[in-house]
Amino acid sequence: MTANVSIRSVSQRYGPATALDDVSLEIAAGEFVVLLGPSGCGKTTLLNLIGGFAEPVSGTILIGGKDMSGVSPAARPTTTVFQDYALFPHMSLADNVGFGLRMRGVSRPERRAKAEEFLALVGLPGKADRRPHELSGGQRQRVALARALAVAPDVLLLDEPLGALDLKLRRAMQDELKAIQRRVGTTFVHVTHDQEEAMAIADRIVVMNAGKIADIGPPREVYLRPGSLFSAAFMGEINQIPVRDGQTALGPLVPGTGTLLIRPEAIGLHGTLPLGPCKVEDAAFFGTHVRAHVAPLAAPDLKLTVHLPQASVVAVGEVMSLFATDHAMLEA
Amino acid sequence: MRLAGWLYLALAYGFVFLPVVVLVVFSFQDGRLPVPPFQGFSLRWYAQVVSDGALMTALWHSALVAFVSSGLALAMGFLAAHALARVRLPGSVFLRGLLIAPMTVSYLIIALGLLTVFNQSGVKLSLWTVGIGHVVINLPLCFAICYGAMGDHQKTAERAARDLGASEARVLWFVSAPMLAPALAAAFFLSVTFSWDEFIIAFLLSRFDLTLPVEIWSMLRSGLSPATNAIGSLLFLVSISAVILMEIFLFRRPK
Repeated sequence: MTANVSIRSVSQRYGPATALDDVSLEIAAGEFVVLLGPSGCGKTTLLNLIGGFAEPVSGTILIGGKDMSGVSPAARPTTTVFQDYALFPHMSLADNVGFGLRMRGVSRPERRAKAEEFLALVGLPGKADRRPHELSGGQRQRVALARALAVAPDVLLLDEPLGALDLKLRRAMQDELKAIQRRVGTTFVHVTHDQEEAMAIADRIVVMNAGKIADIGPPREVYLRPGSLFSAAFMGEINQIPVRDGQTALGPLVPGTGTLLIRPEAIGLHGTLPLGPCKVEDAAFFGTHVRAHVAPLAAPDLKLTVHLPQASVVAVGEVMSLFATDHAMLEA
Repeated sequence: MRLAGWLYLALAYGFVFLPVVVLVVFSFQDGRLPVPPFQGFSLRWYAQVVSDGALMTALWHSALVAFVSSGLALAMGFLAAHALARVRLPGSVFLRGLLIAPMTVSYLIIALGLLTVFNQSGVKLSLWTVGIGHVVINLPLCFAICYGAMGDHQKTAERAARDLGASEARVLWFVSAPMLAPALAAAFFLSVTFSWDEFIIAFLLSRFDLTLPVEIWSMLRSGLSPATNAIGSLLFLVSISAVILMEIFLFRRPK
């Protein structure tokens, strides 16, 4: 089961603070969308509005073409995976996963069969009679996922579901989440503040800042061709070079007025965009690359961060000619 | 030092339990008076007590009042605690304070107040009026225990249940109450023991149907007898059983 979500000019306020400011967003049926942003950017507020835990002060939300105004969470075709799992500690895993079906009047044997099916889907076969406290954090989150999916929702909402897991487990769960989404075909709306997680799983990333959408697009596009300075910086380290009528401190590089954006890994000894001779100020070996700060001789105040290939050996004080292999221009 | 510690422990427990031990010991007195010397072991006072119709009726009344009033106090306390823990109302703090306030009022004052109200409104004194009095004294207790046991863990689980399609009543029945089971059991058994032993309210708010403490009091007026010790021992046995049950529920709280 799957449905599209249409968010139209939605605003939300908590007292004097604006949590969401006239946000519009179309999510296609079966899409895996990640709402990405720092804490307080409005991503969780938006998720709560889709789930029906709060009503927007203005604007409408449609799921599968139906207006959701005044529809309670129970009556919406959505379910939520919470960051702290929110499992029922007094029930077995089968009863946890079967809870939504029980509320829909499904018979006991049928619930049991469904619960076992969904526990197997999330990689916990044969654990139906365990209790939540017997499981590890990662396993509990799988149960929460199975419980939310068991009622065949049209839209699954995930509120920082991997936030409480350690890094290694989080990376492993990301891959699985993506695989499960492909299998069930449900629309997933996932909230996170981890841009790597967002890129790993999303069909489309929605970068949010201060209650507004700062950028939107597939991971590659948001990373390489950011739509705003905020999303450029939030997606990872980036060099920002001011451009005025085609002129920069490093000479004429690109036409127009605005900001020239170059990722550190797009700078090297060869490339299409010459940045001129630069003096190395410091360098450190990072495993996958050598990270260095350099000062262009033409504009020593303009510090650039560069990621040089793993094999490069650079000395502090060394001067080398650098080039950019890729860049983005954000017109002011 | 170790010896002093043990001695202190023995004295402290002795101080607390000596009256009960004396009561129980002389309930087995093979003589007419429950005072030293101990004249031999006999169960005849227990036989007399058990065959005493008035006492057995009072025992039944006490049990009825204790269980019904505690059940009612628990249900009301739980619902009030759940509502106040979940919704932030203007004046929540005031409402909470108002619910707990009766705990600080003496039973005598509560009984007198209720007696006035019942007389004014023409309600006849009965076991029901005693029960209402016991709900008044046990509701704050049940509320406080339930309220204290509720946490964020509970709230998110309830939210998840609602999200999965549970109505408010089913959230309470399937999630909130079972998650709070140890606290609910503790509140219930504590209420039962308080109601079971309670004298002043039961005395002032009853007329023909008496509870056990009131019946014992009327027995005492005709003088000391090992029979009162026997019934007192039985009363204590019930109270202590309730406390032990409560301890079991509290200590077997799942993690």
